[in-house]
Amino acid sequence: MSSSTMVGASSSWSRAMLQISPYTFSAVGIAIAIGVSVLGAAWGIYITGSSLIGAAIKAPRITSKNLISVIFCEAVAIYGVIVAIILQTKLESVPASQIYAPESLRAGYAIFASGIIVGFANLVCGLCVGIIGSSCALSDAQNSSLFVKILVIEIFGSALGLFGVIVGIIMSAQATWPSKTV
Amino acid sequence: MYGFEALTFNVHAGYLEAIVRGHRSALLTAADYNNLCQCETLDDIKMHLSATEYASYLQNEPSPLHTTTIVEKCTLKLVDEYKHMLCQATEPLSTFLEYITYGHMIDNVVLIVTGTLHERDVQELLEKCHPLGMFDSIATLAVAQNMRELYRLVLVDTPLAPYFSECITSEDLDDMNIEIMRNTLYKAYLEDFYRFCQKLGGATAEIMSDLLAFEADRRAVNITINSIGTELTRDDRRKLYSSFGLLYPYGHEELAVCEDIDQVRGVMEKYPPYQSIFAKLSYGESQMLDKAFYEEEVKRLCLAFEQQFHYGVFFAYMRLREQEIRNLMWISECVAQNQKSRVHDSVVFIF
Repeated sequence: MSSSTMVGASSSWSRAMLQISPYTFSAVGIAIAIGVSVLGAAWGIYITGSSLIGAAIKAPRITSKNLISVIFCEAVAIYGVIVAIILQTKLESVPASQIYAPESLRAGYAIFASGIIVGFANLVCGLCVGIIGSSCALSDAQNSSLFVKILVIEIFGSALGLFGVIVGIIMSAQATWPSKTV
Repeated sequence: MYGFEALTFNVHAGYLEAIVRGHRSALLTAADYNNLCQCETLDDIKMHLSATEYASYLQNEPSPLHTTTIVEKCTLKLVDEYKHMLCQATEPLSTFLEYITYGHMIDNVVLIVTGTLHERDVQELLEKCHPLGMFDSIATLAVAQNMRELYRLVLVDTPLAPYFSECITSEDLDDMNIEIMRNTLYKAYLEDFYRFCQKLGGATAEIMSDLLAFEADRRAVNITINSIGTELTRDDRRKLYSSFGLLYPYGHEELAVCEDIDQVRGVMEKYPPYQSIFAKLSYGESQMLDKAFYEEEVKRLCLAFEQQFHYGVFFAYMRLREQEIRNLMWISECVAQNQKSRVHDSVVFIF
């Protein structure tokens, strides 16, 4: 087996890690990219939405402006979808003899890492934007001059998701599988 | 865990918190109170109030208005808002909201028992009860002769049942015993509420501890001042103080032996938060103490709104609204009795 000629580590855990197929890592990475991003977006939307609905009863004027908070949270989910689609185009088949070649493992790990980066960055970004959006709705209902100021905070918060997407795409650009000809 | 409430609070209570903050924005401001203080008759007051949120409650009242009608309608608005929130709340917020009304239940029980002792009609007493503190079998309180019967017949089915363990005696009810009963019940209620908030943890525990500690300390001072010169012994007095708060336990030891107001002032000035309250009063004066305490309470209640994602805003809103109703009652009484010079004696501005 090619794995026994590779890293000289003798612990069975590292042997087990090396035996996991890079396809597994890639698939899990893609799943995390979209799944955890959507979790973050949904979490943020419900945090904002419940406060927005309650506050809009006494102050109906806030509804249209404060949908921006919901849109920022939604953008987080869209980032996750985009990166997941990009990652899955990076997934190629390699011949069976090359599955455990270092190049293949590297590609698998790269896609996995990219998925984790994007997924968790979007999770916290969605949470951040959601919580700020909730406070924004409640403050806007009391004093409408506060809306634009709090929106600036939200914009900074949504940049976090963007950072994750950028780094994730750069990571995934490295995911080059070994070429078909051995 | 303190600090992470924002992640899960809105699942069950986000909508209601937003609603209660909307209600808070409808509290009367200093400008409203200034307008009301300059009214000449109760009809002027009604006209000014119809520009606020009270419009729908007061518009159908025929003139001539009475002060009790104004207070009753304003209280009705508070009750409607409370019931709306209570029916939408889930645990543990619904238990929290119910805890807020137990104080009124205790007041109602004492009102009916005292009234029965003085041979008043039960129906008349029921009309004077606070609507937030009503429960089903309240009218049967008039039948009880002593505390044991009171408990066995009526109160064992109410939420007040666990508070009675310390004050079931077979003595007949008279004025002194009823006051002691009221304070013992209230002490048990405050301690129960405090424990419940501690169990909730997080920001709710922190903010509610502060508010309830102030309430416990205020009641301790009031009990001390009201029992100066009565036959209440020092041990009895000490038993009425709650076992939490800034004054517990050393302040209570000192307060229990106080015999006049200046000694109380001496005790309280050792505690910096209360020093500022007592600094407003000159020596020997106790009439303004109530207003000073109310002002401090209002300040602390308004601070509860500074933080999001905790239940303290519900408690703070109910208390602020009650303060507003007290203000309206005072203003209406001053206007009705033509004593407008005294109107600013007891009005506490909220904003």
